[in-house]
Amino acid sequence: MTALLMEIARWTLFLFGAFFVLVGALGVIRLPDIYSRLHAAGLADSLGAALLLLAMMIGAEWLAVVKLGLILLILLITGPTATHALARAARAAGAKPFLADSAKRKKKE
Amino acid sequence: MTSLVFPLMVFCLLSAMLLALLRLFLGPSLQDRVLAANVFGTQSVLLLAALGFAGGRPDFLDIALLYALLTFIGTIAVLKFFRARAESESAKR
Repeated sequence: MTALLMEIARWTLFLFGAFFVLVGALGVIRLPDIYSRLHAAGLADSLGAALLLLAMMIGAEWLAVVKLGLILLILLITGPTATHALARAARAAGAKPFLADSAKRKKKE
Repeated sequence: MTSLVFPLMVFCLLSAMLLALLRLFLGPSLQDRVLAANVFGTQSVLLLAALGFAGGRPDFLDIALLYALLTFIGTIAVLKFFRARAESESAKR
């Protein structure tokens, strides 16, 4: 019974993690400016990574669980740091955020 | 049924990596490209871990761990390099 439950939990987490990673990548390719792309990549990717790594942790041996936990810890620390650094760099480089009316404003000019 | 989930996940990861590569080549600004490289790195860490999981080879996890660290250092190094270059260019003017 517990084996079946573990299988179900593992595959559900796999599916949700893959979904979030795919949505993050779609956001990176579809959204209009650097800040919204950062938003999609940073949020969806860290959630997707956490779900996928948690799925692999279920029922693994203890050394693999420790290593997966380390990978998760590193990703959860470095991901937001890299996102922050990228947003700062984009701001310093003078990137303007894409606002709801900036398409209209561009037409007027 | 469960045998379908794993290939589906790998397919999702691979197509996500393809989209990140597309942004890497398209990306108008430098920051877009660095962001795409960062996302690509995270996704390859996940793919490495998944392949280790599928093959029953936990030593793939060490490679994934190393790759996660390298991706982060690469991102920060590129940003720092271009920031220093921009500052030295603006100091010249």
